[in-house]
Order: sequence, then C-alpha cells, then structure tokens
Amino acid sequence: MKIIIIGGGRVVYFLAKLFVSKGHHPVIVSQDPAECERLSREVKALVLCGDGSHPPVLEAAGAREAEAVLAITLRDQDNLVACQLAAKMFGVPRTLALVNDPDNLEVFRQLGIHVAFSTTHIIATLIEQQAGFDEIVNLMPLAQGKVTVSEVVLHAGLPAVGRSLQELGMPPGSLIGTVIRGEAVLVPRGPDRLTEGDRLIILTTPESYAPAMRCLLGDEA
Amino acid sequence: MPKSLFIVIVGCGRLGSHLANGLSAQGHGVVVIDRRPEAFSALDAQFSGFKLVGDAVESEVLRQARLDKADLLLAVAEEDNVNLMVAQVGQKVFAVPRVMARVADPAREEAYRQFGIQTVCPTTLAGEALLTTLRESGEARR
Repeated sequence: MKIIIIGGGRVVYFLAKLFVSKGHHPVIVSQDPAECERLSREVKALVLCGDGSHPPVLEAAGAREAEAVLAITLRDQDNLVACQLAAKMFGVPRTLALVNDPDNLEVFRQLGIHVAFSTTHIIATLIEQQAGFDEIVNLMPLAQGKVTVSEVVLHAGLPAVGRSLQELGMPPGSLIGTVIRGEAVLVPRGPDRLTEGDRLIILTTPESYAPAMRCLLGDEA
Repeated sequence: MPKSLFIVIVGCGRLGSHLANGLSAQGHGVVVIDRRPEAFSALDAQFSGFKLVGDAVESEVLRQARLDKADLLLAVAEEDNVNLMVAQVGQKVFAVPRVMARVADPAREEAYRQFGIQTVCPTTLAGEALLTTLRESGEARR
C-alpha cells in the first residue's frame, strides 16, 4: 500500500520504518531539509522536501496512486488542507490527520477528514478514566473514541461480585461482552453470576462509561 | 453592503488592518483577530471595533469573537492554510452567511474555489493587473 506521510520529527521515522517492515511503500514529505536528508539515509522510502499542502508537492509525492495520506504536522491547518487536497484533487481514498487542538476533532470530521485523532485527547481520556482504578487494567478507544473497550478485574468486596447480570442492571449504552474466568471464556447472559477474579471485557459509549464503572466497582469509580 | 454588519476579520497584517480600518470607518461592527498583540498597532486611532489576541485555528478563539453572530468573515491571515481552515470552519461550523479567504498560492486557491470557498488570490490579481498594464502600454506605443 502506498502511504504518504506528511510531517516531521522522530515519529515520522518510526512510522515509515514500521510501514516498510509491513510491506507498505511510504513516501515522506517534510519541510525541513536537514531532516529530509537524514530520513532518506535512514529509511527505505521516497523522501520529498516541501510543503505537503501545496498541490504540486502532493502530486510529486504520488498522491494520484496513494491509498492513504497521513498528515501529522504540529499545525492543524496544514494537516487539514493537506488531507482535503489529497482527497478532493487527487482522489486519495483515505485521509488521516493529527489534530493538535482537541476542540478541532469534531471540526475535522465535519470538514471531511476520514480519520481525525488527537493525542492530547487520547492521553487525557486514558488518564481520566484509568487514574485511581486498579481494577481497570486495559482500555482502548474504538471507532474514533465513540466506543471504549475496557477490561475490569473483579476483586473481592466489589458490588458486582456474586450478582447476576440481571441484578446488576448495567446502564444503557454499556455491555459486558465477555467474562474471562480462569481459562474459560464466557459470553454471559442475564442470569449468569459474576465471581471474584473474573475479568470482564466491557463495551461502553463515552457517556455510559462512568455509570457502567460505578455499577461494577461501586462509589470508588 | 447593508447598513451595519458584524464582521470578523482574521489577521491584522497589511490587508487585515486596511480592511478593519475601512470597514470600521464605514460604521460596521468589527472584530479583528491576530496572534501577535503588536499587529494591532496598524489600526487607526479611530478604529472602534474589538481586538482579540489569539490563534484563529482554535475554535475557542472564534467562539470568543462571536463568529456565530457574524454576517461576514474575512480570512486574511498571512498563512494560506489558516485562511482556508478558518473559512471552512466559519462556513460549516458557525454558519456565517458570507465568508471570504485570501489565498496566495494560485494552485491552492483554484482548488478551494472549486470546493465552494470564496477565495481571492493576490498573486493572480497582481499578475493579471501587471500584464494588462503591460499590454496596454505596448499597444499605446504601437
């Protein structure tokens, strides 16, 4: 797959290396001549020095044949314009943009960027949701943060231990998808009871996350 | 233009301050946004609008400028991409009825004009004006 990466910094180097190792063909576009020179020595990728939001540069990077454009500069306006031009002028089927100001996440989606992600938002969500709860061991946002998958370990003394799913009454917008009990993996139904040591895989919407955790973990969540 | 409009201007450089001074003098309500506080020194003493220090690519700054109430948005910052982003945010998110953007790169200007953003390209305008003048003076000589 041909992927155009627009941006600078070490993250571009590591991404390009990763893509190459997976058999993809990255093309890097960076504004910094010194960095371009270093990257062209370090990575088996075409490196172009220029402004990724300037149409002739995108074209030279092979935007007409590219399957994806990933814009990860530190400036939202440059990421937005590069992705829009790639999609609209050159028909790139997938555009992904880093959003530095988390407020712009929704804006980017409204303006037609296929995938917009904010590292600020991801880190803040992880810290907010995970801080203080030893029971929540794993957390992963899906569908651009519209669904969260969490793993919760039921320690002794938690309100959910010994209760059935029916009794528990998980809030709307949340679901206990799987219970891992020792070696066994169960897909629980209403009458099934939770026991100490169960690892629950839970799907929630962002709004129902806190109520769902309160339901399982009690007031400490 | 109708009697008194509420106009938000992004960028207080040469073009932005010129527009702000002129529109304010015509009696319009004007808010000018610029990242650099010193940029506002280009405004006349008579300028009666508001000055807002901030980066217009942050939606929060546009909200502070009351862009949702604006009749007209002029995106005339130094950087093309700032103008293109702000113009689209103004049009699609804040539903401003009239939006215009200055875009210096003719290739980008052409593309966004086709996407439905009203753009003005000083490069092509100046180029055309110069060529026209050249042609006319050439004909005058002949």
